[in-house]
Amino acid sequence: MRYIITFLLLFLNWVIWSGMLDAFHLSLGVISCILVTYMTHDILFKREKFSSKHIVEVIRFIKYIPWLLYQIFLSNIHVASLVLNPKMPIKPELIRFKTKLKKDISLTTFANSITLTPGTITADIIEGEFYVHALSKKVADDLLAGEMENRVAHIFMED
Amino acid sequence: MSILAIIFILTGVFFFTTATIGLLRFPDFYCRMQATGKGDTLGALLSLTGLALYNLHHGFSLPTILVSIKIMFIAIFIFVANPTSTHAITKSGLDCGVEPFTKEEVIR
Amino acid sequence: MENFFLAIGLILGFLVLLCLYRGIFGPTVLDRIISISVIGTKTTIILALMGFIYGRMDMFVDISIAYALLNFIATLAAAKFFRTRKSIIPGAKYFKEREVK
Repeated sequence: MRYIITFLLLFLNWVIWSGMLDAFHLSLGVISCILVTYMTHDILFKREKFSSKHIVEVIRFIKYIPWLLYQIFLSNIHVASLVLNPKMPIKPELIRFKTKLKKDISLTTFANSITLTPGTITADIIEGEFYVHALSKKVADDLLAGEMENRVAHIFMED
Repeated sequence: MSILAIIFILTGVFFFTTATIGLLRFPDFYCRMQATGKGDTLGALLSLTGLALYNLHHGFSLPTILVSIKIMFIAIFIFVANPTSTHAITKSGLDCGVEPFTKEEVIR
Repeated sequence: MENFFLAIGLILGFLVLLCLYRGIFGPTVLDRIISISVIGTKTTIILALMGFIYGRMDMFVDISIAYALLNFIATLAAAKFFRTRKSIIPGAKYFKEREVK
């Protein structure tokens, strides 16, 4: 199952990037996709059974993206107003907090979301503790309120 | 279609400009990461979306749709890769011991 | 429309020059890495614009994604390489405090 899904994803990429649909190029694509699938089949999906949970996760993740885009837009407006303000009212601080997330993919999603939302970037994750650099106290409090963490936990079913 | 593309591209260039001014104006390393990590991601996303829309204004044939899909792939790649490289640089800055602008670590 | 793309390309080129200031005079090595990464992102957009100006978008989009990939890998490699070089910042107090915890 893992092999088939990896192969299909790779072959879709091949068709999109090559753009030629004659038999010669398609057969080259099949050969190279089989080779790459054989070498990297355990990277994309870890050794676990497939179930309906994964489909639900994908759907929830797609629903999460518009909210994230909205947050990114807000964060850029925030940074732009800070940058164009002649006095530059920033008061940076480095905060550290524990998270309840455990899986790798949810940690990655959460870290990237923190970086893309207003005024905060992730610096490091050590044993479930996030080191986050925040531009002011207000954005740090917004992050610690935990709305985004709950959303990410809801996506990957850790709540 | 092309007016929408122009609006997207101009907004993207505006965010690029703020990212660059932030890179020049902010006082320390971490704040510069804030400006570039956000402004560049959204600027690239908006500009490439605008270009992909403009590419479709000749009409919907297979090659133009393929090129638009490729441009959107670049946008998605930058959308994933830019925060990741931001983390990498910030982590190495923390490991090297670059001092933050105000040095108070609040543990909550 | 091509004049518009040309103007956008010129603005982005000017922004690249501004970023290059941080790349040359940046106080630490890490500031230079940031500036190079930002320049790489802008170059990706400039390559896509060049594709529209020359009317060969199908060719330039491949160059553009290759540049984006190389920029990402170069940034990661440079950040990894300079990670534990304490010597690039004189008097790194903060590092020691963090190590003790």
